Amino acid sequence: MDLQIALLLGQDGIVNGAIYALLALALVLVFAVTRVIFIPQGEFVAYGALTLASLQIGQTPGTLWLLMVLGVAVTALDAPALWRQGCRAGPKIYGLIGRQIAYPLVIAALVLGAQPKDWPMLLQVLLALAVVVPLGPQLYRVAYQPIAEASVLILLIVSVALHLALVGLGLLFFGAEGSRTPAFSDASLEVGGLTISGQSMWVVGASLVLIIALYAFFERSLYGKALRATAINRAGARLMGISTTLAGKLSFLLAAAIGALSGILIAPLTTIYYDTGFLVGLKGFVGAIVGGLASYPVAAAGALLVGLLEAFSSFHASAFKEVIVFTLIIPVLVWRSLTTRHVEEEE
Amino acid sequence: MKIARSLLAAAVCTALAAPALADLNVGVVVSATGPAASLGIPEKNTIALMPTTIGGEKVNYIVLDDASDTTTAVKNTRKLLTEDKVDVIVGSTITPNSLAMIDIAAEAETPMISMAASARIVDTANPKVRWVFKTPQNDIQMSTAIVEHMINAGVKSVAFIGFADAYGEGWYQEFAKIAEARKLKIVANERYNRADTSVTGQVLKVLAAKPDAVLVAGAGTPAALPQKALKEKGFKGAYYQTHGVANKDFLRVCGKDCEGTFLPAGPVLVAAQLPADNPIKKVAMDYVGKYEAAHGKGSSSTFGAHAWDAGILLQNAVPLALKKAKPGSKEFKLALRDALESLKNVTVSHGMVNMSAQDHLGFDQRARVMVQVVNGDWKLIQ
Repeated sequence: MDLQIALLLGQDGIVNGAIYALLALALVLVFAVTRVIFIPQGEFVAYGALTLASLQIGQTPGTLWLLMVLGVAVTALDAPALWRQGCRAGPKIYGLIGRQIAYPLVIAALVLGAQPKDWPMLLQVLLALAVVVPLGPQLYRVAYQPIAEASVLILLIVSVALHLALVGLGLLFFGAEGSRTPAFSDASLEVGGLTISGQSMWVVGASLVLIIALYAFFERSLYGKALRATAINRAGARLMGISTTLAGKLSFLLAAAIGALSGILIAPLTTIYYDTGFLVGLKGFVGAIVGGLASYPVAAAGALLVGLLEAFSSFHASAFKEVIVFTLIIPVLVWRSLTTRHVEEEE
Repeated sequence: MKIARSLLAAAVCTALAAPALADLNVGVVVSATGPAASLGIPEKNTIALMPTTIGGEKVNYIVLDDASDTTTAVKNTRKLLTEDKVDVIVGSTITPNSLAMIDIAAEAETPMISMAASARIVDTANPKVRWVFKTPQNDIQMSTAIVEHMINAGVKSVAFIGFADAYGEGWYQEFAKIAEARKLKIVANERYNRADTSVTGQVLKVLAAKPDAVLVAGAGTPAALPQKALKEKGFKGAYYQTHGVANKDFLRVCGKDCEGTFLPAGPVLVAAQLPADNPIKKVAMDYVGKYEAAHGKGSSSTFGAHAWDAGILLQNAVPLALKKAKPGSKEFKLALRDALESLKNVTVSHGMVNMSAQDHLGFDQRARVMVQVVNGDWKLIQ
């Protein structure tokens, strides 16, 4: 292996690692705030990419129907409680109907009526995000909010069920074969005999921007601070007047946005299938485990390590690539269990 | 929403097909979900197009999905045999599932027609294979065609990159055997996974070996990934794919990067381009016409045609068996097995079938053609 090959592999590893890092951050965020191990994180990657691909070839993405159905479900769940509050809740009811009924209808009108096939790429991406991202908080409301106080194990079981349901829906919506989308830019950069494609710069750049934006969000904004407070101590945050339900929805919104955006970023680099998301999400999960599901920078570094390990093992022993990547988790777990004192969960 | 409709149709069919006495019951196991869904869905759609009477007897098709999972395939087969009392089993889509179903079909003395490719399914070294038939070509027939084409094109060295599963491994073994016999040098042997997002490492290794040609052994759209990566890194040699990619989605995903690629395939893939005197043309065109009438232009695939061929075998064998016994009886199953084994010169959409006790596939060289991707479509070249 000469330097040239090592550089190419390193570049490939960093691009993949950047995506794993984003997913690892989303997983840590969701776990810290809601104690949910969010296995369906990967499905948002597939949904984001495939929704964009469907819009580009002029088909109606099935995720649009899911958005409308979940909107109705959330309204049905939330409306009775608001109704009982009487006229004080008036604006809240309008808000609920606006978000869950009117918004999906507007999006549907855009998808069906406005020919998004001919739009510029950026608008198509925004429309795809507008379809997929609200699914995050909707799923939280329908699947997790009613059992928000349950044990981690029960939340995990619900996650597995939700993952299987979403993969099945993905097959129904998008079919068994994969899709690719055109690259954001055809530009490429020559650095010392190494060609770096425009798309891989987009992926790394967008990941960096997102990570910095998340940092700013948590450090500077009120909502970010509320999320952090909930992550540190749920009961305490509640006593301070922070709604844990809102925190849950917000963390799922961020997770869905990160997932869908990751999918849109990698769709030009590889073929995305209805079930691709799971494996991508799983590698992000390995990164998150390295960070102990608690530390953002360590999780991001772990995910980058997974990406690099994957690239180099695919060169040296391609048949054992996944084995090598997932075996990484064992020494990490051993090391963590030896160095941290185990605390029994109080459940 | 096409899939939704067909799923619904399949569900309704399954619900309505309560087995009545003396009707012919055909149990079908397909992988309509899971990793093999791109093969299983066209097969399931094809079952819905099959005739509802054979030789004057009403036929019930009972379709179960095995989710590309071996355990489920076995469970479904047992269910079909014990609850639905089927006379014959068609399935499953993939090799591991089909191999696991052999024992159960043989134990219940029920004929089974597999739609999976591996030659091991009908390897007569196993006495249970007496009950098992299959419709897809053996990999060895396809790899002979590729090696033949490579030698004629002056290829001296070739790199192999395939799925890290039974499909890739099976292809490598068959291909390596023939390549060695024909003095074709295999300079690299790489593997990747269906869901991989990058194959840079494998591609760099292939490039470092400087082969004249590359053979990608993958199925469906995932086979486009290594080819696109090789093109991007500037590989100038010839590209070969296997018949596993023979559907329209592969062309859609691979786009102009697949221009000029060679692959062996069943003649049904290029049905309209076959010479008019080829008897396979009529049967293949009939299938393509029926499937595309129901599911839209360009929707037919060679995988669905394997299911169609299983149907043609039944349409030829069942009338023979009906002369000896009534459906639903042990004698009928045996008579159907004997009838399937005795089929001669039956034209199916993938070739001409001549069964014998040693050969439960029955295909010869007419069952494969070499095809090239030209202007984003399949073109017959020999």
